[in-house]
Amino acid sequence: MSEIVLEGRNIVREYHVGGSLFGKAKTVQAVKGVNFTVEKGKTLAIVGESGCGKSTLGRILTLIDPQTSGELLIDGKPINIAKDKVTTEMRRKVQIIFQNPYGSLNPRQKIGEVLGEPLLLNTNKTAAERRELAMQMLVKVGLGPEHYNRYPHMFSGGQRQRIAIARALMLSPSLLVLDEPVSALDLSVQAQVLNLLADLQDEFNLTYVFISHDLSVVRYIADDVMVMYYGEVVEYGTRDEVFSNPQHSYTKTLFAATPKSDVESIRARIAKKKAAA
Amino acid sequence: MAKLLEIKNLSVGFDTSSGMFMAVQGIDLSVEAREVLAIVGESGSGKSVAMLAVMGLLPKSATVTADSMTFDGHDMLKMTSKRRREIIGRDVAMIFQEPMASLNPCFTVGFQLEEVLRVHMKLDKKARRARAIELFKQVGIPTPEERLKSYPHQMSGGQCQRVMIAIAIACNPKLLIADEPTTALDVTIQKQILDLLVGLQAKHGMGLIMITHDMGVVAETADRVIVQYKGTKMEEADVLTLFEAPKSPYTRALLSALPENATGDRLSTVADFMKNEAANAGAAS
Repeated sequence: MSEIVLEGRNIVREYHVGGSLFGKAKTVQAVKGVNFTVEKGKTLAIVGESGCGKSTLGRILTLIDPQTSGELLIDGKPINIAKDKVTTEMRRKVQIIFQNPYGSLNPRQKIGEVLGEPLLLNTNKTAAERRELAMQMLVKVGLGPEHYNRYPHMFSGGQRQRIAIARALMLSPSLLVLDEPVSALDLSVQAQVLNLLADLQDEFNLTYVFISHDLSVVRYIADDVMVMYYGEVVEYGTRDEVFSNPQHSYTKTLFAATPKSDVESIRARIAKKKAAA
Repeated sequence: MAKLLEIKNLSVGFDTSSGMFMAVQGIDLSVEAREVLAIVGESGSGKSVAMLAVMGLLPKSATVTADSMTFDGHDMLKMTSKRRREIIGRDVAMIFQEPMASLNPCFTVGFQLEEVLRVHMKLDKKARRARAIELFKQVGIPTPEERLKSYPHQMSGGQCQRVMIAIAIACNPKLLIADEPTTALDVTIQKQILDLLVGLQAKHGMGLIMITHDMGVVAETADRVIVQYKGTKMEEADVLTLFEAPKSPYTRALLSALPENATGDRLSTVADFMKNEAANAGAAS
């Protein structure tokens, strides 16, 4: 068995809401005891509708939010950011890419600075070294050195997502959390970005946690699939297991909701419409 | 059947610092009553701009030209802007991509819905309230009396989109234009919204123009499809023909970019596809 990069044991995250003059404080469990393991070089997809806790889990994995209870192990080491300070070494291991490439880049920062900043904060590299590495990374993600001095507004959505990917890869992380990285993109641009992610995974032996609600994308990219519903894992298995034989009713609902574009289903839909008219 | 909207040779240009940029170049388009037309294309293909031109919602820097543009027998080109405003919102309604951004955060959703009824239908207060509740029921918002008092930020994305649909169908429009109505939504919510739109379309006998980049959405909803690329029409066909035997190479490229149609490890992108086509054409000649 290959090396396990990420492991979660019974992870729980609670939020405290309300507690005003008139209202009583409530506790919302966003993530209710989640277990999983991800091997090196593999992709775990977390699927679920908005509000099911998949992004909360993503934030715990990237050391942005602490878990309320449970254990998180990255590269075999337990981490709880509520107790320990996050070292730059740990920061380097995990990086995240967000959904909205328009919101995740600072409009006043040039692309060169965007890419140089993680190195500036977490390493002792000189300005010249940072510049060199940023240039190399731009080429790797399919952009060019000429983009170094441009601002985010000069790029299209797909290009911005490439920049976000480049920024995440600057520290050569072992784990990359992708929070709906392609759902804001057009179909054809989505295909380009997915291809890029697949290429980069091969090249750097990256481990991905891919958060998405789009099953057709998940089927394409994932090795393992975890389906979440109201903070709980309702289905967890390899891609083929989950796709060929979904067990939970929510997974079946998800499959039913995914648009079908094969000719038979279109024919069936049109026949049904004609019958109704 | 009578044509509801008929446009001939529509072009839209934008005045930019580097000269005129043509976003739409000579597009013919028509929708019949009770028909679902899908316009498909990537971002930047001018699919939204064409519809905004019909609605008269483009900024001043845009130049719209067309040989003819008629809606329900009215000539939209010669119409005064006052007359146009009477039609738009009442007979033609539009739903936009970002439900959160298209509602005003400072007013309750009930106020925003009733505003449409006040301006276009001239209903009194009591009738407006009754109609608003009825509309909320139609679009599937539970406890409508309560929800009318909500502000947009208190509702989820799917709920906001339902409010937008309620506003759009408030005056029983003849034509509904939906510009990427489900792009910002989850698959399960997307399914609900699409079912709702198609259901309302059939129930009220509206024409529906669905603007989207998602071939899956097209397959689920459309009767007829127009594929648009860089401001020109690449292909027009009924939905079955389009998926069964796409004529234009660009349509084939769009279809092959669907993740479920992936062959092997890589998804083919539109750029790859166009390159191959060019190479084949070069080899053939």
